[in-house]
Amino acid sequence: MIYLDNAATTAVRPEVVDAMLPYYRTNYSNPSGVYGFAGKNKNVISDARDVIASVINAKGDEIYFTSGGSESDNWALKGIAWAYRNKGRHIITTKIEHHAILHSCEWLEKEGYDITYIDVDEAGVVRLDKLEAAVREDTILISVMFANNEIGTIQPVKEIGRIAHMHGVLFHTDAVQAFGQIPIDVNDMNIDILSASSHKFNGPKGMGFLYVKSGIRLDSIIHGGGQERGRRAGTENVPAIVGMKTAAELAAITMTKRIEYETKLRNYMIKRIMSEIPYARVNGSMNDRLPGNVNMGFQFVEGETVLIMLDMEDICASAGSACSSGSIDPSHVLMAIGLPEEIARGSVRFTIGYENTMEEIDRTVDVLKRIIGNQRKMSDAYLRLTGQVKKAD
Amino acid sequence: MDKKTVCVGMSGGVDSSVAAYLLKEQGYNVIGVTMQIWQSEDPMAVSNNGGCCGLSAVDDARRVADRLEIPYYVMNFKDDFKKYVIDYFVDEYKNGHTPNPCIACNRYVKWEALLKRCMMIGGDYIATGHYARVIKLDNGRYTLKTAKGIAKDQTYALYNLTQEQLGRTLMPVGDYDKTEIRKIADEIGLAVAHKPDSQDICFVPDGDYAGYLEREAGLVSVPGNFVDTNGNVIGRHKGIIHYTIGQRKGLGIAAGHPVFVADIIPETNEVVIGENEDIFKTRLVADRTNLMAIDRLDGEMRVMAKIRYAHKGCMCTIKMAGEDRIEVLFDEPVRAMTKGQAVVFYKDDYIVGGGTICEF
Repeated sequence: MIYLDNAATTAVRPEVVDAMLPYYRTNYSNPSGVYGFAGKNKNVISDARDVIASVINAKGDEIYFTSGGSESDNWALKGIAWAYRNKGRHIITTKIEHHAILHSCEWLEKEGYDITYIDVDEAGVVRLDKLEAAVREDTILISVMFANNEIGTIQPVKEIGRIAHMHGVLFHTDAVQAFGQIPIDVNDMNIDILSASSHKFNGPKGMGFLYVKSGIRLDSIIHGGGQERGRRAGTENVPAIVGMKTAAELAAITMTKRIEYETKLRNYMIKRIMSEIPYARVNGSMNDRLPGNVNMGFQFVEGETVLIMLDMEDICASAGSACSSGSIDPSHVLMAIGLPEEIARGSVRFTIGYENTMEEIDRTVDVLKRIIGNQRKMSDAYLRLTGQVKKAD
Repeated sequence: MDKKTVCVGMSGGVDSSVAAYLLKEQGYNVIGVTMQIWQSEDPMAVSNNGGCCGLSAVDDARRVADRLEIPYYVMNFKDDFKKYVIDYFVDEYKNGHTPNPCIACNRYVKWEALLKRCMMIGGDYIATGHYARVIKLDNGRYTLKTAKGIAKDQTYALYNLTQEQLGRTLMPVGDYDKTEIRKIADEIGLAVAHKPDSQDICFVPDGDYAGYLEREAGLVSVPGNFVDTNGNVIGRHKGIIHYTIGQRKGLGIAAGHPVFVADIIPETNEVVIGENEDIFKTRLVADRTNLMAIDRLDGEMRVMAKIRYAHKGCMCTIKMAGEDRIEVLFDEPVRAMTKGQAVVFYKDDYIVGGGTICEF
């Protein structure tokens, strides 16, 4: 099997599994206990907070553990909206956010909040002039993703944060695709709140965190015990916290090398596809792009069909944003960058991880080339265009 | 010889699951497919899973496919379904007709769109869990024959399939009856063996069509007049989408004896109320016709016709009445013909053809 869907999830590193196992087998205590057996795990959690904070130049007590990216995004938006509702009820975001953001915004709209969805350019970069122009007296939050999950476009985060702070507005970034993949410095980049998810950087699923800068008010959305300094209830998932810590540590240590390696594979793959498959295009930016992201649009094919054919060749890729049933809806991101629906439907995403090899990329392109060639033989529009059948009527 | 590849439309239910199993046993290369055709925004409706594409249907089908060790995919047909089924359904109600969306779905989505998509992934045939048989007649035409021992006929909603579609269709459970299929499901340990049969129109799981049209399609019910067969106003109605021909309940008219909806006139927004005998008619005309067992209808032909899904069928004579119009003359008056419903013609248990009732 060739796994090229690392933006969907990643394999857990063996070192991560090894680090987690003792916390299932022997150190199973509830960190809130009074006995020493519990206190040990309390310290393990504090250490994890420090390690994760150091990766983004934050402090340990600014890290809050959650169940993953979706909870972090929900908490950031709803927690800020609630805490600052007397200051204002206007939030600015973009049209290409993950559904965890977009659907939270829709919910907030029903609760009486006003949301502005900013356009992006054809590369998927948010339009800063429009963003700044959208700021109002009652704006409480700007939420823009660090890097897009579908097309890999990296946003000018530092500049967005600068604009937010110039107007006294808080800045949240959904960094689920970026954390552990590219350098992040919350202080230098003017980030107030940041969401991340462990399974996107070779950690366990069901674990994530929210960075909240000291001094920012944030209402709770999960109430109960006093865990996470009273802000997020629920017994700590100690094994997963340890797993995420280990994964974050390894991601930080290996980041430079991985970026170099994945970028090389990515550029090679894009170059081969562009030179060997006609009527193809790169979706997203070539300059500001996540190292492992290859998102290509092919005319005269259906992405869904291409994915099935790839699966029959044991190659895992994706398209659009798969809903839980596994079927593909037209991508809101590809529509937002102005792609015609036909190209958006014919788009396929490959996301490369550090474990992928050049041989795998070569085989994938070989197979893709064959599949797309065969699919196009069944497309009337393609056959007409290439003069293989006479134009109809 | 290379194994032929067949894509089986799987709903997670017993019939399509056993269909996949039987085809695998017959030596086909089988691929399971579930069509995602609509999705309610309402989480309650999703969790209750009204139709064949709710998430639990997908979960069931995926588990069956895994058990049968066949590849399985969910394909998205929401656009086709919206265009060919839901929009048609809404338009027909607007015209005062009572549509049969399953027929449109079969022709344009379950067959045309699915067949095309399946051929794109290397399929030679598509297969379903219908209790019917595709047969090739001596004249070279394909038609559908009711499976033996089946109380509920399943061919009615398939009358509109084309010859090309039928030539690429397999219906393996049509050689068995329901009891045999359930027994096979039990024997091979399919967990779905005792799921109830699906009912109703999938995208209106609560059966409240008028409510669906108002809620989802934004149709506004404009109240109008109930009139008698002479055109005299005898009361007010809630809007024509709330009524169907032959309806007796919920009219709110105190006539002292049973009265029925005899016709719906969208142009004047009137609902015509009649006596029992007013809804018995002997003649109808169908348009949007499809011929299955014959390639053309010359002169008159004696057939049995069904005017709705649950109709037992009545003898009649059919003949062409203009291009794409067939006139049907019944031997005896038939109750509650309804515009928008299909009339399907049978001879010796196979489909001759059919059309959409457009006048009577």
